[in-house]
Amino acid sequence: MERHEGKGPRLVALFMLGTLLFNYPILALFNQPSQVFGIPLLYAYIFAAWALLIALMALVVERGRTP
Amino acid sequence: MLQEWVIVLTSFAYLGLLFAIAYYADQRADRGRSIIASPYIYSLSLAVYATAWTFYGSVGRAAIDGVGFLPIYLGPTLMIALWWVVMRKILRISKQNRITSLADFVASRYGKSALLGGTVTIIAVIGIVPYISLQLKAVSNSFIILLHYPEIVMPASVGAVPILRDTALWVALSLALFTILFGTRHLYSAEHHEGMVAAIAFESLVKLLAFLAVGVFVTFGVYNGFGDVFSRAAGQPKLEPLLTPIEGVAGGYASWVWLTVLSMLAIMFLPRQFQVTVIENTDERHLDKAIWLFPVYMVAINIFVLPLAFGGRLLFPAGGVDADTFVLAIPMLERQELLALLVFIGGLSAATGMVIVETIALSTMVCNDLVMPALLRMRRLALAQRRDLTGLLLGIRRTAIVLILLLGYLYFRLAGEAYALVSIGLISFAAVAQFAPAVLGGIFWKGATRRGAFCGLVTGFAVWFYTLLLPALARSDWAPRSLLEHGPFGIALLKPLELFGLAGLDQITHAMIWSMIGNVGAYVLVSLLDTPRAEEHRQASLFVDVFRRVAGGARLWRGTASVPDLYNVLARFLGAEAAEAAFAGYARARGRNWPDPQLEADAELVDAVETQLAGAIGAASARIMVASVVKEEALTLQEVRTILDEASQVIVYSHRLEQKSRELEEATAELKAANERLKELDRMKDDFISTVTHELRTPLTSIRAFAEILLDDPDMSISDRKRFLGIIARETERLTRMINQVLDLAKIESGQAEWNVSEVDVGEVIGDAIATTSQLFKEKRVALRTESAPEMPPVRVDRDRLLQVLLNLLSNAVKFCDRPDSKVAVAARVEDGHLRVDVTDNGPGISPQDRLTIFEKFRQVGDTLTEKPQGTGLGLPISRHIIEHFGGRLWVESEPGRGSTFSFTLPLRPGGTGHPSPVLAAAK
Amino acid sequence: MAQKILIADDEPNIVLSLEFLMKREGYEVRVAENGDDALAQVAEFTPDLVLLDIMLPRRNGFEVCQQIRSSPQWRDMKVVMLTAKGRDTEMQKGLALGADAYITKPFATKELVARVKELLDGKR
Repeated sequence: MERHEGKGPRLVALFMLGTLLFNYPILALFNQPSQVFGIPLLYAYIFAAWALLIALMALVVERGRTP
Repeated sequence: MLQEWVIVLTSFAYLGLLFAIAYYADQRADRGRSIIASPYIYSLSLAVYATAWTFYGSVGRAAIDGVGFLPIYLGPTLMIALWWVVMRKILRISKQNRITSLADFVASRYGKSALLGGTVTIIAVIGIVPYISLQLKAVSNSFIILLHYPEIVMPASVGAVPILRDTALWVALSLALFTILFGTRHLYSAEHHEGMVAAIAFESLVKLLAFLAVGVFVTFGVYNGFGDVFSRAAGQPKLEPLLTPIEGVAGGYASWVWLTVLSMLAIMFLPRQFQVTVIENTDERHLDKAIWLFPVYMVAINIFVLPLAFGGRLLFPAGGVDADTFVLAIPMLERQELLALLVFIGGLSAATGMVIVETIALSTMVCNDLVMPALLRMRRLALAQRRDLTGLLLGIRRTAIVLILLLGYLYFRLAGEAYALVSIGLISFAAVAQFAPAVLGGIFWKGATRRGAFCGLVTGFAVWFYTLLLPALARSDWAPRSLLEHGPFGIALLKPLELFGLAGLDQITHAMIWSMIGNVGAYVLVSLLDTPRAEEHRQASLFVDVFRRVAGGARLWRGTASVPDLYNVLARFLGAEAAEAAFAGYARARGRNWPDPQLEADAELVDAVETQLAGAIGAASARIMVASVVKEEALTLQEVRTILDEASQVIVYSHRLEQKSRELEEATAELKAANERLKELDRMKDDFISTVTHELRTPLTSIRAFAEILLDDPDMSISDRKRFLGIIARETERLTRMINQVLDLAKIESGQAEWNVSEVDVGEVIGDAIATTSQLFKEKRVALRTESAPEMPPVRVDRDRLLQVLLNLLSNAVKFCDRPDSKVAVAARVEDGHLRVDVTDNGPGISPQDRLTIFEKFRQVGDTLTEKPQGTGLGLPISRHIIEHFGGRLWVESEPGRGSTFSFTLPLRPGGTGHPSPVLAAAK
Repeated sequence: MAQKILIADDEPNIVLSLEFLMKREGYEVRVAENGDDALAQVAEFTPDLVLLDIMLPRRNGFEVCQQIRSSPQWRDMKVVMLTAKGRDTEMQKGLALGADAYITKPFATKELVARVKELLDGKR
């Protein structure tokens, strides 16, 4: 448990980042009728931010395994 | 055309496969080779979160308001980031206390309260029933739709079908049977349902693959990729608002936020999620991988939701097809028979997974936290005195499973029609969210009390019932509709959907706001005003400080009990075999045998029995049972506080003490080693002095003896006189030389010798040495030969010291030459970056054991039969010190009878001066 | 008949001085240079007294003394230990092994001669 110190705070920080990304007002910035590669901007944004968040979580968790 | 029997057969074949997987996993577990002990299986089993609601309902919701379905999956992704802090703690607590369910967790935290356990159970059952009905609805609807293949016909209104011909009933009954087979094979509910978890993990794979298959088919088969679907949708005025949808959703961002919060809580407090995440967890570390793998799963199963939703809207523009069935209807429209069947199986797997785990979790709660405590309290039944209760326990659980599924079916008949899948699911989410304050508060706030938790739960649940369940029933005409429109007794302020005039929000947001205010408010307020009982205080401390306490914690118990009583209690609930094993394990852990008449029924044993029992029947029931056989004296709160404080003090002290004693041990060991070294040095010093003394006394003895002889005898002949005076002179000389060399050696060894280092031509020094010893060689008629390489690089040494070494080696060589054809050779050459000098003689040679000792002080080798060799015994040790000081090496090779070669090397580029060792350390 | 003395020492000059001193007192003297030699001479020459150095090659003085004392026929043989090591422990060890006297080097010639005389006179 001791060797994982730092993992907890980092994950909490990611939680806060996620709360920010999936919330008003940032969400409103992308809530517009434009498209990227034919995909509505909002949809593209949400899925991209989602993937990014998960990647960061994986990074924190798996990196912490061998500090 | 898909015949009914094909679909039914496929369904049962699928269920059979599931059962085979479960059976195999159970077998493996029995042999100790668990297949679920893997972070990947664990992550997949968490995906039981994705039910038929996800499978069919997400598309349905997306077809109506675009991204509105996503908070249900974004919430868990956010929450799982906090699991490191929250879930690890819950896991640790649950393992230490053998928690069997969510209700058990809450009951245990608040002083093993049967009241709270029962409350949580009732809320969970009522809250989850709509959710189970949703699964039944999805399975039976998809079955009916598929049955009409290739036509797409929406199922008839439920009420129109007679009960016995209702597919949903048969689905419910089959699932009940299946769950009973799955979940109640073992009694001990704190143990893992290995088979069930393996089957759930498999189902998670099936539903994902099925959904991806239909997604890929629609997006890339029917349409031309994501862009194509969206651009076609953009062309339709009806669909355009869905592309920038958030304002379009009722409640807008508020709804979005509350849905996120709701699903954050659902992922933790849905009974089935608690079951797979906590109860079925085999290793805390599996959480690590699940933290990112489970979100990946959720992304994967959602990628094609929007294309499917828009595709459905485009393909069925008339609106005659329910959006909840798009996933199945599109492949049917495209005449993809097999794909349609696969989708049906995917939906079936999503539904069965949910139903199995949910009902197992609920039946455990009902049995352990509702029925058992009640039965045990009924004196009339005298249940506590019955011999074997295992059968009763299993019976209760099985009955509970059937009843829960029938309740689900009932709800489906009563209210199922009025709502879309998602709305039904959200009602359940809102119900389980009521557990959040009691659980989360319970693991972080010691001050939370039983009454606080109870008031919070009841208030929250009441608000939920009034604002969500009641309207649902009213819409299905099971409650007066006027209630919704005008409020009870016409009081507008109390309208269930606009409580206290809060309007303009969607139903879920509205309900969540009021229920959470009521729940948290009551929980905190009552807890603050309340004083906890002793048992509550103990449990609060065990839960909140779980990472700080050693397992077991402080034992807070005073009373009397007997071992046979305790044994019998355990045997009644677990069976004799398990009880036997438990007692044997307990005895073994304390180094005792079982049975052992000496085994004391002390606090520790009582605690162990209670924990063991809690694993089977829950904490609250276990408390009642143990209390029935143990005469307990109540501890006052003050006493408990004192003991707990003392215990934590003792833990702190013992930690400190351990550390101190470790430090002390280390210091002692160091001291011992140092002492040993000193003793060794002392001994060596003693030996050295003793040896030196001996060597000095020997010549002194001769000198004194002859001096006295001469003194005593004035009439001695001149020749004798001369001979004796000669001896005195020679011995004096020997004494002087010896003293000089001892001092010399001491200086070198202590590092106080002076070294005049310069570039020295070794060939020249060899010449000098030979010149100095030539007289000696002549006297003994020993031939001397030199072989020097022509161009010798200079070395940086002290010239006089090098000369001393060469003189020593040469005089040694000549000293031992005893044959008529004696010869000595001196050779110098460059070798491996070193300059090497060999002094070879053809004397008697040195035996292997002597080759080491000659470099020790005062060790001489010679033919002791004839004559003691001349010399001090210090020449070679001094020479070796000198050579080593310059970073070289001095050694001897010899073959007895053929002669010896003394060699030394000197580095051409001296890497540094050697380390002259102190006198004593080298005096071996 | 003159009493016989065996001198066992490996230092030639010390042997020379002892030989001179003993012969001057009229004793018959033989010399041994190592432990083995000393024991052989003890058997062959059967001296009345042995002047025994401790640091002898091959077999040290303690061992020689022990051998002498373990044979009943040499019970009356006097043993005087000589050593350059002046430690108390060694003196005790020598006496414990049955030596009649223990003299440290360098010795006073008069004292040594007096001691030898005393031992041999007691024997007579």
